[in-house]
Amino acid sequence: MVDSYRPLSLKEALELRAEKGALPFAGGTDLMVRYRYESGAIPEYPKPIMFVNHLDELRPIRRVDHGLSIGAAATMTEVLESDEVPEILKEAVVTIAAPGLRNAATLAGNICNASPAGDSICALYALDAGVKLQSRQGERILPIYQFISGPGKTDLHADELLTEIIVPHNRATTHFFKKVGTRRANALSKLSLSGVARISGDRLDEIRIAIGAVAPTVVRSIELEKRMEGRSISEVAGIAEEILRDYDTLVQPIDDQRSTAEYRKRVAMNLLRHFLLGIVLQQQGA
Amino acid sequence: MPTVKFSVNGTSHSIDTDPLRRLLDVLREDLKLTGVKEGCGEGECGACSVLKDGVLVNSCMIPMGTCEGSEIITPEGLRETDQGKTIIDAYGESGAVQCGFCTPGMMMATEALLRKNPSPSEDEAREALSGNLCRCTGYDMIIDGVLKAAERGKGLW
Repeated sequence: MVDSYRPLSLKEALELRAEKGALPFAGGTDLMVRYRYESGAIPEYPKPIMFVNHLDELRPIRRVDHGLSIGAAATMTEVLESDEVPEILKEAVVTIAAPGLRNAATLAGNICNASPAGDSICALYALDAGVKLQSRQGERILPIYQFISGPGKTDLHADELLTEIIVPHNRATTHFFKKVGTRRANALSKLSLSGVARISGDRLDEIRIAIGAVAPTVVRSIELEKRMEGRSISEVAGIAEEILRDYDTLVQPIDDQRSTAEYRKRVAMNLLRHFLLGIVLQQQGA
Repeated sequence: MPTVKFSVNGTSHSIDTDPLRRLLDVLREDLKLTGVKEGCGEGECGACSVLKDGVLVNSCMIPMGTCEGSEIITPEGLRETDQGKTIIDAYGESGAVQCGFCTPGMMMATEALLRKNPSPSEDEAREALSGNLCRCTGYDMIIDGVLKAAERGKGLW
């Protein structure tokens, strides 16, 4: 049995994190399952637990200079009910679990859990989101694609807390999110794809594509995005097959209990083709 | 052992407990509120649904350490209200109950839905109950029950 703490401020939480190595517990929807071993028995956590979901500093969803800040303890339901949150993120979050779990679960938990199949993570990659990491020493902000380093692995230091998710001002003119799972509710992803694009006149100004559950971390290629950006729609159409071939080499799924590598590969590439050719390249003159 | 102060169905309680113990176990074992069921124990089935500070949660996912000052409503509390009676009657008339194990959780999800949206569409009702599994009825009669409760209970929510 481990100790558990209920800090009354972020400052106290950062002290507990540094001094006791306490594991932050927000919604608990992953932690209550991962360390459960028998009905009615106290879960066996490897470290002391600290509850953080009640901390006022971690709750708000608010506009900041460069975009939107989502507090680490804001629930997924609060994300869905916010007028400020970009539509693609809401479309991803509403596919997660079911209302009762979304009333407890948090985006920060989804991120720190760092599953390649995390549905909010896929949309946050496409939104170019960052995470704010605070410790007693100060704070730093990392892009989410740098923060998540492997399946279940992040760059969170032992004395740090993820306190905010920063979503830059979203200027996309079109977006697409698709999750493929066994059923609509309470299903983990076989794979997912998020895409956003900004098109003005006949020019593709900006495009970001993220594909979940097809590699050890969500697949996003800034290099391939840059190859398309700033070109006219007809120029992008000319290189589209080459771009798709390059994405094909990045999509390296595995077989597991939820799906097969072959299925994931084929469906991911079909969804990517649909987003690029069926949506982005159809926007000419918009 | 730390003491957690919270209220259940309008009654205040102080419980000495490990803060990592589940709300589900405190409700069933300490308070003998066995309307709350344990199905899967991992948040997938909704049989342990309760309202915590007005929102639907799976009580198997909630450690007591997060319940300080909370107000919990269980099926035993819901059934004493006009809203609860309306839901119970509507489920009965719709044939929404077979073995009955999922029913208390389904009714909690129904109450949570109608508090937010007193006139839900069928799709909205299905979404609201999507975290509750039933292995008997095939769901259609449960959804009929939800929509009938909304219709009968106009003005209650």
